Amino acid sequence: MPIGIGPYLVVSSILLVVGIFGIFMNRKNVITILMSIELILLAVNLNFVAFSGELHDLTGQIFTMFVLTVAAAEAAIGLAIVVTYFRNRGSIAVEDVNLMKG
Amino acid sequence: MNWLIALPELALSLCGLAIMMAGVFAPKKHAFQLSSMLSLGALLGVGGLVLVSPTGLGFGGLFIADAFSRFAQLLILAGAGLAIILSLDFNEREEGLARFEFPILILFASSGMMIMVGATNLMTLYLGLELQSLALYVVAAFARDSLKSSEAGLKYFVLGSLASGILLYGMTLTYGFSGSTDFIHIARALVTSTPSVGLVIGMVFVLVGIVFKIAAVPFHMWSPDVYEGAPTSVTALFGSAPKVAAMAMLIRVMAWPFGHLFVQWQLLIEIIAIASLILGALAPLVQTNIKRLMAYSSIGHVGYALMGLAAGNGNGISAMLVYLATYIFMTLGAFGIIIAMRRQGRSVEKITDLAGLGRHHPGLAIAMTIFMLSMAGVPPLSGFFGKLYVFLAAIQSGLWLLAVIGVITSVIGAYYYLRIVKLMYFDAPEAAFDHPAPSLSFVVALTGAVTLLFILVAGPVTTAAQAAAMALLG
Repeated sequence: MPIGIGPYLVVSSILLVVGIFGIFMNRKNVITILMSIELILLAVNLNFVAFSGELHDLTGQIFTMFVLTVAAAEAAIGLAIVVTYFRNRGSIAVEDVNLMKG
Repeated sequence: MNWLIALPELALSLCGLAIMMAGVFAPKKHAFQLSSMLSLGALLGVGGLVLVSPTGLGFGGLFIADAFSRFAQLLILAGAGLAIILSLDFNEREEGLARFEFPILILFASSGMMIMVGATNLMTLYLGLELQSLALYVVAAFARDSLKSSEAGLKYFVLGSLASGILLYGMTLTYGFSGSTDFIHIARALVTSTPSVGLVIGMVFVLVGIVFKIAAVPFHMWSPDVYEGAPTSVTALFGSAPKVAAMAMLIRVMAWPFGHLFVQWQLLIEIIAIASLILGALAPLVQTNIKRLMAYSSIGHVGYALMGLAAGNGNGISAMLVYLATYIFMTLGAFGIIIAMRRQGRSVEKITDLAGLGRHHPGLAIAMTIFMLSMAGVPPLSGFFGKLYVFLAAIQSGLWLLAVIGVITSVIGAYYYLRIVKLMYFDAPEAAFDHPAPSLSFVVALTGAVTLLFILVAGPVTTAAQAAAMALLG
């Protein structure tokens, strides 16, 4: 029996929620936040590929390629910023990112 | 396929690459000044190209050049150019900022912004947005030995990526439930059938993602921290060009592909506008840092501009464009003066440091008075016209509540703008600032003249904004 679009959407929405909670609930390490961002992008990719199969349309898969590429660039820049932050602060604990209140 | 349609964007990207090579081979001492000058030339040239390049839909429906994208692109180029001029002196004096990559990153960000406002497909939109964001993350953390700047970069990166993720998730739902990423097809899918729940949820996610980028309440929390932490020349940029680009992108996405969901998004935009207006009026009252004050004030200005979108017709959109055009010049001018706040070579950022500016630097004080009065909406300065048009548009569409709240918040807002004027002229003077550099005086004089004499060009600007809105709505 073929699997419909429903289960894919459920999995991807779970991934999205885990990613968003990972950013806001996490009090430990900035690297966890970077991982959560990747998780959100994976949810997006899963959605695109599932819809692409469902609609018999290639646009979704092309979009996924672009998202993957941009995600790689984004991770590189994110890690670079985390490295500069670590050099200045000596720590990458989330609770230490508090110089400015907001 | 007519690639000439994207000629300005292509030219700007290629100029960025060429200037990067020039910067690598130039002697280290002059590399920053050289690449800044070349970048300014590139922005000026591309501004000319925007005016002369052909209009129309190109690249198989991925990209459009019309009166709307032209209007926004010229504003973006002006904002980026003035921000580079502001950085000329500031970056030389601050430690570790005078590196030749700085203006080049701004060029890449500008080409991303130009792609954003010309995108007619969710894919182009996303790629333009990311080109802009990735360059701006780096620029925010550009002072790599400063803890504040790297913290600002980190916060901007995390919340910016979250916003992109949410925006993308909305795009997947839009794609899945309308069957296409093309704006024309999405709009067509919405005409023929009653909107599915999935499509409405997708629209809301896209809206939230963009609202993050324009820093409107309730997704504004990153903006005061980033404004305060980033080097001031970078803050001047953040307050101008990216705001215009994200607003223009919001207008296009809401008016075109999601235009038939107007009933659904109007209420959301209204709520966001009201919340931004209130926060933008009350939060600045308790600030002590002038950059944070500007951040909250810009949140308020975003609220006023969104009133035009909530009106949801050609008048509202053209009012919003006029508002953006006036806003970007007053903001850049005010930041020019903030950059000039420097004693014995060290920059100061407290609001009370402005005390006595009227005695030591009468020219700067007059310019700051013009910017503050204009932001408060005093006629005949430019800010008055922006506010007048958005209020009129809101009232014409029957949004009385929004208009009344707008008037009340602008009265409250006038208090803290006028407090700065009082501080400069009547409070016990602090020590004088260092003499401002010619490049700063140039930007302050230019933006001051635009703000003061806007009444002379109000007619043509309004006509251009109306043509832009008509091009968008068809």
